[in-house]
Amino acid sequence: MLNRNREPLIFESSVVGKVGMDLPHLDVPEARDTRPEHLRRGPFQALPSVSEVEVIRHFTRLSHDNYGVDDGIYPLGSCTMKHNPRLNERVASLPAFAESHPLSAQEDVQGNLAALFMLQEWLKEITGLAAVTLQPSAGASGELTGVMLIRAHHVAQGASRRVILTPDSAHGTNPATAAMAGYEVVEVPSAPDGTISFEDVVDHTGKHHPGLISLVETLGAEIAGAMITNPNTLGVFEHRIQEVADLLHGIGALLYMDGANMNALVGVARPGDFGVDVMHLNLHKTFSTPHGGGGPGAGPVACTAQLEPFLPRPVVVRDGSGYRMDWDRRQSIGKVHGFFGNFGIAIRALTYCLSHGGDGLRAATLRAIVNANYLRRRLEGTYHLPIQSPTLHEVVFNDALLSSAGVHTLDVAKGLIDRGFHPPTIYFPLIVPGALMIEPTESESKAELDAFVAALEDIARQAQSDPEALHRAPVRAPLRRMDETTAARKPVLRWTGFRPQ
Amino acid sequence: MYPAELKYTKNHEYLRPLGDGTALVGITHYAQEALGDVVFVSLPEPGTRLEAGEELGTVESVKTVSEIYMPSAGEVLEVNGELEAHPEYVNEDPYGLGWMVKLRLEGDLSPELLDVPGYEALITSESR
Repeated sequence: MLNRNREPLIFESSVVGKVGMDLPHLDVPEARDTRPEHLRRGPFQALPSVSEVEVIRHFTRLSHDNYGVDDGIYPLGSCTMKHNPRLNERVASLPAFAESHPLSAQEDVQGNLAALFMLQEWLKEITGLAAVTLQPSAGASGELTGVMLIRAHHVAQGASRRVILTPDSAHGTNPATAAMAGYEVVEVPSAPDGTISFEDVVDHTGKHHPGLISLVETLGAEIAGAMITNPNTLGVFEHRIQEVADLLHGIGALLYMDGANMNALVGVARPGDFGVDVMHLNLHKTFSTPHGGGGPGAGPVACTAQLEPFLPRPVVVRDGSGYRMDWDRRQSIGKVHGFFGNFGIAIRALTYCLSHGGDGLRAATLRAIVNANYLRRRLEGTYHLPIQSPTLHEVVFNDALLSSAGVHTLDVAKGLIDRGFHPPTIYFPLIVPGALMIEPTESESKAELDAFVAALEDIARQAQSDPEALHRAPVRAPLRRMDETTAARKPVLRWTGFRPQ
Repeated sequence: MYPAELKYTKNHEYLRPLGDGTALVGITHYAQEALGDVVFVSLPEPGTRLEAGEELGTVESVKTVSEIYMPSAGEVLEVNGELEAHPEYVNEDPYGLGWMVKLRLEGDLSPELLDVPGYEALITSESR
């Protein structure tokens, strides 16, 4: 096994003049560098000088330190870190998909256009909405696209509305998106059951927070729309979502649904059927395409017929002669991504849909909910469950039962690393102090869930018997406890180890 | 932990009247401990006028982001620029180097402000 404390950066292994291949002797006159002095490269080496074997060993050693969805459960709440089926990769790498050029003549790539069209149709059926754009490159990109559609709709009506409502349980991207689109964000408080509060809420300090009804009454036509995640970040289904939609529609406002948690609904409930006007889907969550560093994301947006004229162009359409890119959309908000979005990701998502079929997608949803509820039942009592409402695909615990021993959520997360598991999302949602937000997804077997439960139970025991050990964790990881405070206070954003030679 | 010359809010800010119609505002020892290591403090422009209870700024720690509210109506005269380079002052010395804004108070002090026994009762009930 490895006997090295820290793998150096590949730049630190660089030796000037070292080459990884045997280049032939230069037998023509050396080209004269005619660039003006100020355009020439400085002493910084853009590429490290290392041999092939060093490159291979470097990345192989780094891969040993990695933890991904191919290693075990990856229970990040709201992230839906499910298995990426290999069939998706196989289909996406077919030469006709992988080697086609986005500038190809449309008649030469009818198959590609058909694939995009089919995925649009699947997503329309799954969301219960009338139209889809595949362009946005990830969730937040989809959110911004969706809010721009809402804005374009109001502008076309000649109305200027300034407010977007977001619940206090929202992902941070929701208020950030609304602000980026030029809206003022007004927060809607949560009721004790974790759902959006229709009534006003008085918090423990006596501070008064207007609920949805008051906000709609007082702000009225100032409200452009609301951004709501359903099920919300606590995993609780917003059971009054139709009433939320009706209240908004009553004042001419629209309902945006953050589809981050769509893994709890696919094949069971359609947002278009409960009043949603526009939403995004995370193909890299719900539709099993690689996530995070594993590949680009994709955040298609689905909307009602009312919003369709504003969709980013082009949109793939089918007419008598086959499939084509429709650019003739005068009211379009314009492009939100180069070419047609992340095409290879769309192919993976389509493969996921076709290989599962409608019944398979529904089965995956139900199993994701069963898995999360199995964890909830097994861990309740060992970890505190601050919100008692029924939950769907994820569950939020906190550290309230451990804090008397001086053990906090961060210690639990680090303890999981020592026990060979990736920690869940921690300290989010913000409305739950010390939150541990767990989403197992449908991919995990009972054996894997049981192993994860055993690790969390072991941590809870250690919190009582030896809390100091948890404060020191992780001790079995390649790196020990990070100094997150200094990292945030004095961030080093650029490697400065290079010294000109 | 809770100096007698300060006034406290239910949101864990303190107000230090300076006797000339101005006052310093920061967060309490209890608040800094609950937040954990503070890494960033966002404060308004001098000249901003706010009512009691309106949002004055935000404090970011390694764990969370939390709003700070105006303890009493007034105008922001000055913000503590040192906190940009030294957010740790909020943890290490909340009532001294960790002050956040200086206000010119307007009107009567907010009736919601608490004295030390009132504030200690509040945090006792919260930690329960």
